[in-house]
Amino acid sequence: MSKKIGDVILDLQNISLRFGGVKALTDISFDVREHEIRAIIGPNGAGKSSMLNVINGVYHPQEGRIFWHGQERKNMEPHMAAQQNIARTFQNIALFKGMTVLDNIMTGRITKMKANFIEHALWFGRAKKEELEHRKKVEEVIDFLEIQHIRKTPVNRLPYGLQKRVELGRALAAEPSMLLLDEPMAGMNVEEKQDMCRFILDVNDQFGTTIVLIEHDMGVVMDISDRVVVLDYGKKIGDGEPDEVKNNEDVIKAYLGAGH
Amino acid sequence: MLYREAGQFKTTYAADQQIFPIRQDRIGIIALLVVAFIGVPLFASEYWFSAILIPFLIFALAAIGLNVLTGYAGQLSLGSAAFMAVGAYAAYNFQLRIEGIPILVSFVLAGLTAAGVGILFGLPSLRIKGFYLAVATLAAQFFIVWCLTKFPWLSNNSSSGVISTQKLIFFGHELTTPVEKYLLVLSVVVVLALAAKNMVRSSTGRAWMAVRDMDVAASVIGIKLMPTKLLAFAVSSFYCGVAGAMYAFCYLGSVEPDGFSLEMSFKILFMIIIGGVGSIMGSFLGAAFILLLPIFLDVALPFVADLFGLPFASATVSHIQITVFGALIMFFLIVEPHGLARLWQIAKEKLRLWPFPH
Repeated sequence: MSKKIGDVILDLQNISLRFGGVKALTDISFDVREHEIRAIIGPNGAGKSSMLNVINGVYHPQEGRIFWHGQERKNMEPHMAAQQNIARTFQNIALFKGMTVLDNIMTGRITKMKANFIEHALWFGRAKKEELEHRKKVEEVIDFLEIQHIRKTPVNRLPYGLQKRVELGRALAAEPSMLLLDEPMAGMNVEEKQDMCRFILDVNDQFGTTIVLIEHDMGVVMDISDRVVVLDYGKKIGDGEPDEVKNNEDVIKAYLGAGH
Repeated sequence: MLYREAGQFKTTYAADQQIFPIRQDRIGIIALLVVAFIGVPLFASEYWFSAILIPFLIFALAAIGLNVLTGYAGQLSLGSAAFMAVGAYAAYNFQLRIEGIPILVSFVLAGLTAAGVGILFGLPSLRIKGFYLAVATLAAQFFIVWCLTKFPWLSNNSSSGVISTQKLIFFGHELTTPVEKYLLVLSVVVVLALAAKNMVRSSTGRAWMAVRDMDVAASVIGIKLMPTKLLAFAVSSFYCGVAGAMYAFCYLGSVEPDGFSLEMSFKILFMIIIGGVGSIMGSFLGAAFILLLPIFLDVALPFVADLFGLPFASATVSHIQITVFGALIMFFLIVEPHGLARLWQIAKEKLRLWPFPH
């Protein structure tokens, strides 16, 4: 691969997150560089999803500092992460079930649409123009993910693998600079996983999107990611390039089991 | 069948995104509007206008209002009748206290007043959801009715809050006949229904549905929950308010606070459940079902009784009417929980393929 990995754009320093007495994350520091694919792995309950939720502002850590493009970030609301061009998908599909594929992906562009409800009601001025412009962009995403044939289908009628793909589409529609993927391949068969890997690599390659990814399939993780951070019981136990992590004693003990 | 979209190719996104993308539907809706605006006034009787068509349109408008809030934005509300009451009393007061204010302006102001009150009672929705929110909106229902009875200023010091609406002056012409009132109501309802459809098919509506379907994902995408929910309350209450103003001015002519009871709120809720939650057309179908079915049974049951020579007392007929009505509601909920609008949609999908099964 000839892609260029840039500077650090997200720097997390000494993050600790507690829910009452439960320590979800303890003193975790790592960084994410521009254009890289950064994987977060770890056993169940290690705090991986919490980590993503900290990054996009759903959870507010009690301790630690977060630097986004070199600027320290104060506690923020989730919708502000969207304005900073951070998009994400969820572990359990979080599509808008009553809406069609097209509407779901259009919703992904909502922060870019400026017309207000009165313009919408009158179908006047910016409202109509925006709908058409953004439809065009959305169609590009639909083409990219090869889901043209289902664009008018309500998402709850789709099979699981396609729903995951639509969710990726909704995140991509926002043209994010950073994409957080929470187990994008969970529950998929080999073929669907291959497709998903291809889409993730293409997104990274064609749009230069930085990707932070949680995944359990070690084959996939070691194959596609540039650097991997390993969590266990809310603590960081490994960080580095895939080969480095694979041979880390602590990681083997925690993740692959002591017997190996 | 003629209901086919074969050969209708969409070459622009604009053509694909219109409200009725299939040509037969467009022809159908234009025909329906022609009938409603020209055909019906020529042929219908006074009874039809004042007892059936006007209340049907007014309740359809209120149902659209509730559908915006409950069907699209997912916020359960039991206060629709109260917001209608706000609209009715606000329109009355604007007419009373501002010299020469045009009737349509007072309707719009009544809607805006209701929207303001709606936002106020929508505030709890920021913290509570579902049934608990329904209970909070119940507070609106009781508080507003109490308020209208308690403060005589609101009803111009009339006893027990009864108001008799002013004359309907429309561009210097007084609307007195049911036909004229019907045309006024019809025009307002058509315009507002179109506006509602436009809202729900654009990003305003998508934001509402996103909040309804998955609020965490919605906020991560960048939708601000608070303004989105409050906007739904405002728009919904605006529609209910305008409906309430027309209920007083064009339908009854004289209303009292207790007329806007919890039962009426339930009636509107049933309309959207039967008609289709999350469908503008469903609001019309539901209003028609709830309002017309009792009238239909009223006429049909004695006729059936006569036919079989059964000795039905009028009390028995009204009992049977309630029973049949309840049974039909249950039947529809079991057969098609998504309402009449979905039945209509399924019928259209079948027709498109007919005579082939797939």
